[in-house]
Amino acid sequence: MNASLKRVVAIARKEFLHIIHDPRSLVVIFVLPIFQLTMFGYALNMEIKNVDLAVLDYSRSPISWQLVQTFEGSPFFHVQYFDGQPDELERLFLQRKARAALIIHPDFGRDFHRQPATPVQLIIDAVDPNAATLIRNYSLQVIAEFNRRFGGEIRLPFDVEKAIWFNPDLKSAYFFVPGLLALILIMLCTLLTSVTITREKEMGTMEQILVSPVKPREIIIGKVIPYIVISMTIGVLILSIGIVLFGVPFRGSYVLLALFSSIYIITALSMGLMISTIARTQQVAMMMAQIATLLPTIILSGFIFPLSSMPRPLQWVSNIIPAKYYLKIVRGIMLKGNTFSQLIEPAGVLLVMTLLLFLIARRRFSMHLEG
Amino acid sequence: MNISVQTRNLTRRFGRFTAVDRVTLDVYEGEIFGFLGANGAGKTTLIRMLTGLLKPTEGEAQVAGFDVWGQSEAIKRRIGYMSQRFSLYEDLTAEENLTFYGGIYGLRRDQIEQRKAILFEHVGLQPFAGQMTRDLPLGFKQRLALACALLHDPPIVFLDEPTSGVDPKARRSFWNLIYQTAQLGKTLFVTTHFMDEAEYCHRVGIMHMGRMIAVGPPGQLKRQYDKSTMQEVFIALHQSSEEAA
Repeated sequence: MNASLKRVVAIARKEFLHIIHDPRSLVVIFVLPIFQLTMFGYALNMEIKNVDLAVLDYSRSPISWQLVQTFEGSPFFHVQYFDGQPDELERLFLQRKARAALIIHPDFGRDFHRQPATPVQLIIDAVDPNAATLIRNYSLQVIAEFNRRFGGEIRLPFDVEKAIWFNPDLKSAYFFVPGLLALILIMLCTLLTSVTITREKEMGTMEQILVSPVKPREIIIGKVIPYIVISMTIGVLILSIGIVLFGVPFRGSYVLLALFSSIYIITALSMGLMISTIARTQQVAMMMAQIATLLPTIILSGFIFPLSSMPRPLQWVSNIIPAKYYLKIVRGIMLKGNTFSQLIEPAGVLLVMTLLLFLIARRRFSMHLEG
Repeated sequence: MNISVQTRNLTRRFGRFTAVDRVTLDVYEGEIFGFLGANGAGKTTLIRMLTGLLKPTEGEAQVAGFDVWGQSEAIKRRIGYMSQRFSLYEDLTAEENLTFYGGIYGLRRDQIEQRKAILFEHVGLQPFAGQMTRDLPLGFKQRLALACALLHDPPIVFLDEPTSGVDPKARRSFWNLIYQTAQLGKTLFVTTHFMDEAEYCHRVGIMHMGRMIAVGPPGQLKRQYDKSTMQEVFIALHQSSEEAA
């Protein structure tokens, strides 16, 4: 073993000792992702069920009864008849007794058999716009179903057959498990790296290390190894929970995901290094790591909000968020079974970004230490 | 006698402030060289330059025969350093701290074990080897810090205010340890602002506002300035340089 390797091993070993001697930190490191995962898993549910639907059936005809029955048959709606006047509906919405209302006018039964198109009115509570969109889509599905069954001879010249690929049931677990993997890896790695280095500066131990023959790159490598191991373990943990508990498929190659994940982890570690050259205390480092990773990853990576619906300037900003590319990679591998050649573009961008960031961080770190 | 540390007009400026001003100094092998001065006199800056933590602005310095400008790697392997701030890992045991410092100096496993045994004996820490550093009394932490600085058997050791914050009894016993270390043939470069400690040194250098205003054995300085203690010498020197300024 040469001297340089010995020094790296000594630093990595010490870093492991810090973690082992402080079981609380270990608990936080491992419990936090599990907590977040289950929280997102059960709270961030994009599927809505049992929407309270108030029905005002003025027609009271057999065919309007069929329409209501079709709504009732759907798991999305919980039908409640309402006998009042349309202007009293508002009270129902205000009291949150209904989130949608279906109004069938008196001539519905007669018109249905005579006219090519018979209108019904649907009112949706859009206080939560996402939910409103979902309710609207579910209603259209139910009405389409009704038309197929009772529409009689009148048919559209063509029929659109929908096929949703890769996540046919539109399960939210399919998209938050990869997203959470991207979020937790970058948050934790950036945080741990920046804090571990800042702590040595704060305690004065960095100075003690610097009078030894240790080189900055040996400090970096030695300090980062334990956190790569931890991050990889957490990655495996998140994936296992996602696959076992939430039934997310894994269609691609594990090796490929491990390879790209290590690039992504190095991005996070470089960010941590960069922060450690700016922050003087652990507290500041923690805050900076949070600011740099949490919100950008949640909002600008396409994790929750689709990038294509954002204003142009935000879309430009999203191009420098590493999680954006990593997310494409993870979703591609897990849900689509993408191969290496299909991922060259996002992987290439991520790699270039990582290299750049790492070189700058390393340079800054060395200069910072040599003060 | 061989020279361990040699400086010629060594200067360090921070912006317009001159922390160390043209210091010229020779420290000989096997010597306990005491380095006195008020806080902010430039002691720590000088030590930081000699240990390679800080680049000089100008001037020359050689440590263990190597130049601080281009041979800091060689210097780092031959010096031990105990910093002013107590800087060991509190959440590691005494033994783990030593093992770590052995590792970053590139020692082999068996060398580390051997040196650890010798040093625990030397500083009297055997009973505490497995204890968490944070649980040690301050006096013992300081002994441990010295042991860490000596682990790779350096010929020159820099101690930056090693006794600040400990009680007089622990200070006394730490100085005994410094004597024992000097007897191993090591050069010790000790900064302090306790004037009674100056009496224990072979030679002292007194610094004021970045300049070295007097160098010599304590006895000689006391005769020269016709004073009975180093404390009085220090005050007299302080006043005269204040008047000159």
